[in-house]
Amino acid sequence: MKHKVSTTVNGTRREHEVESRLLLVHYLRDVVGLTGTHIGCDTSQCGACTILVDGKAVKSCTMFAVQAEGKNLTTIEGMAKDGELHPLQQAFWDEHGLQCGYCTPGFIMAAAYLLSQNPNPTEDEIRQGLEGNLCRCTGYVNIVKSVQAAAKTMGGAKAKPAGHAVTAGGE
Amino acid sequence: MAVSQLVGAKIHRREDPRLITGHGRFTDDLPHQGVVHLVVVRSPHAHARILSIGVDAAKKVPGVLAVYTAADFKDIIAGPATFAVAPVFAPNKLTNPPRYPIAAKEVCYQGEPVAVVIAGERGQAADGAQLVDVEYEVLPAVMDIEEAAKPGSPKTHSDQPDNICWDTTYVPWEATDEAFKTADVVVKERILQQRLSPNPMESRVVMADYDSFDKRMTMWMSTQNPHWIRLFVAGALGMGEHSVRVISYDVGGGFGSKISPYPEDFIVPACAKLLGVPVKYTETRTEAMQNAYAGRGQIFDVEVAAKKDGTLLGMRLTQLLDAGAYMALFSAFQTCACLVAGGAYHWGAISSRSQAVLTNKIPTDPYRGAGRPEATHVAERMMDLLAVELNMDPVDLRRKNFIRKDEFPYTQNFGLVIDSGDYEKAMDKALKIVGYEELRKKQKELRKQGKLMGIGLSTWIELCGLGPGAVTGPATGGVVLSESAQVKIHPAGGVSIYVGTHNHGQGNDTTHAQIAADALGIPMEQIDIRHGDTNEGPGFGYGTYGSRSLAVGGIAILRSCNKVIEKGKQVAAHLLEAAEEDVVFDHGKFHVKGAPDKSKELGEVAFAAYGQLPAGMEQGLEAVAYFEPPNFVWPFGTHICVVEVDTETGAVDLQKYVAVDDCGNVINPMIVAGQLHGGIAQGIAQALFEEMVYDDESGQLKSATLLDYAMLTANEMPPIQLDNTVTPSPTNDLGVKGIGEAGTIASTAAVINAICDALSPLGIKHVDMPATSDRLWLQMQRARGASSNGSNGKEARK
Repeated sequence: MKHKVSTTVNGTRREHEVESRLLLVHYLRDVVGLTGTHIGCDTSQCGACTILVDGKAVKSCTMFAVQAEGKNLTTIEGMAKDGELHPLQQAFWDEHGLQCGYCTPGFIMAAAYLLSQNPNPTEDEIRQGLEGNLCRCTGYVNIVKSVQAAAKTMGGAKAKPAGHAVTAGGE
Repeated sequence: MAVSQLVGAKIHRREDPRLITGHGRFTDDLPHQGVVHLVVVRSPHAHARILSIGVDAAKKVPGVLAVYTAADFKDIIAGPATFAVAPVFAPNKLTNPPRYPIAAKEVCYQGEPVAVVIAGERGQAADGAQLVDVEYEVLPAVMDIEEAAKPGSPKTHSDQPDNICWDTTYVPWEATDEAFKTADVVVKERILQQRLSPNPMESRVVMADYDSFDKRMTMWMSTQNPHWIRLFVAGALGMGEHSVRVISYDVGGGFGSKISPYPEDFIVPACAKLLGVPVKYTETRTEAMQNAYAGRGQIFDVEVAAKKDGTLLGMRLTQLLDAGAYMALFSAFQTCACLVAGGAYHWGAISSRSQAVLTNKIPTDPYRGAGRPEATHVAERMMDLLAVELNMDPVDLRRKNFIRKDEFPYTQNFGLVIDSGDYEKAMDKALKIVGYEELRKKQKELRKQGKLMGIGLSTWIELCGLGPGAVTGPATGGVVLSESAQVKIHPAGGVSIYVGTHNHGQGNDTTHAQIAADALGIPMEQIDIRHGDTNEGPGFGYGTYGSRSLAVGGIAILRSCNKVIEKGKQVAAHLLEAAEEDVVFDHGKFHVKGAPDKSKELGEVAFAAYGQLPAGMEQGLEAVAYFEPPNFVWPFGTHICVVEVDTETGAVDLQKYVAVDDCGNVINPMIVAGQLHGGIAQGIAQALFEEMVYDDESGQLKSATLLDYAMLTANEMPPIQLDNTVTPSPTNDLGVKGIGEAGTIASTAAVINAICDALSPLGIKHVDMPATSDRLWLQMQRARGASSNGSNGKEARK
């Protein structure tokens, strides 16, 4: 049975008819066509599919598309604005925070939420904040550095909101 | 070579912008009009006879287009020799069961394909797969490698004579008789290498589209090795290589598991041909864990003979390797452990033997390091065991036996020539950084307080940069592992470089551009590096594995640039009205010797090269080069790990990790550091957490999700301090050595040596991997209980 679902994805209204069993991550990738959100496991361990739902980091494989009704969704594609990289994206580039790049969108989204809650995290807080995301390439060394660098450029306590959903959806 | 401008600099990676913005080109991200989805029905049993396969119910599921079993493929995928098209790297092949991509009569590992369901939507195909009714007669599963090796063992394949896959003695035991007879001390140990799941974050994806009019197959897939895959698929489907195109743009990690061909690599294009529509297979994580070629899975029995003063006299080494249900393409490469287990040291003599046995599990194949982490673990564990036996500091024992820097090139016990090294320098640097003397003092104090702190060294060396034909040729039946590159300088001066290696996170698109930019004397921005499309570039590329993309592939790029410059000199001579031999090339400009002010830019020469030229001179400015390395390259270094083991729980606290590595000249220090970080993390994960666990009876993989298989998270990673020394390789034009696998090769031994050192006050000499807290707790309990009755407290093994 199909259901109507309307969401706002990266600031754009979207309306589709979807099957009840369709996961949010498949909705984003296969229906909306935003393939930056990746899938790395079947059991919600890897965090590759992390997006922001009304400003909160969510593993989009843990939600059905129909549960996103009326929500503001931000994916990795919504982070750069007006041709400018988000400070987290810039920091991952500067600090060599990625190698194969497959897990990177999930890390950036999880880090965006972390910094929205804790603009000035300690190294331990970053590590704990990202423990739901797996990376096989970097040993996390430069991912942690990237988040630290982004926190700095985002101005610590005066952290810029991450992406559309935070501004639109609110805390 | 021109004065270096970009080589050696921290250049930001050019591949990153698309990856950080969600615009990567991973196979599952590629849109394809009209694509249908394939789901594989897999055996739930490790070993069973297939009695019947019922497909009718599955065919009735809405959206299902086809259900195929082995019988449907027999006219389209060549006989059971499909995987044997590949040269199998076996020194002495014995029982090598044929492998067809889809089982017809017997399944030999859990997850082996028995049927495929194809539907318009992936969910529909999965629904159909649930309804494929396979009747099995369960056969005994062969799981234990020692049992499997025994005569009369149940067989992995019922139609094969036994389970012995290969059995090779490299140097017979008699060669070390004298060493063991005259030794003052002999230490023995059994060292286990648990099976590991490679787990790149991107599982495998294969998509194929067949054009029945032009008879062309295009495949998009996640592989480290597009040209080899093209060779195998073309062979199996009876097509010419010119008709098969394999595209592999962005790949989400490989770690060795995406080198060899998989069943789906044949099944998917075959289905595209059968159905006449594009077909895609996307592997789930559990499928990946059940089907991706596993790493390690070996038992080493090792004996070392030495003099009282620590002089190493001899080593005897047996590798018993779990080959899994079939011999995988590169699986026998892991025998290199038997050739390099002597490590960084002088040995009187070494005897070694490798035996591989078949079991009802997924085959093993190279996983980051492949044979060399095992060798390092053997060498470095045995050094520490010997140091304990001799009551010597492990540093002194290593220093005493190191191959000295004035002895290179050094021919080691198996005739391999170690190109260069300065092992003491790297060790001394690491000792200084970690503060070794103070740590030993602190350790004494902590031991008085009952605390279990330990320091572990790994003075690793590595053979990589696969590989010289003289060595690999005999092992592969003549296949060499050289590398190719093609440089095209277009009329307006833009440069396209096509490489035969593959980039799946190593940063090659950046480092290769750095090399080319310096060689051609032009900005990097003018150069495009292209990989992963068999329709572009040279006739064959050898792929990425064995830390070869720089030390072999990078040299091919340099040489193709040099060839282009030679052609450019002919054109420049014409433009400068000079003799060709008088033209020199420097910093991107051609000029007449002694007259640098009158010069022609590379771009000007390129433009002229496509225009009117003197009679007899061909148009164009492009070149192909193949580089076959004369030797392996031999990076090395010292890793030191400091741990404290909780006396109550057995939990290991990694307190410090120092790594001083030497990969010769460094092209991009940022990327080298990144490779080391990730490699060390994978080694730490093996040492402490990861293990593929099968049920001994049923052969079920119990660790088949990331919930059950303990991948390292950011929380478990200790602080890492890196430094380096630079000992250029004398065997290639750039003086470089590989670094992609080094961290993994070095780190398990450093961690386990530290744990053993920590536990030594309890009389514990050796611990197995993964050194989980429950395993250590048990071992400590036994040691404490045993201290009164004289046992050494070693954990009992099966």
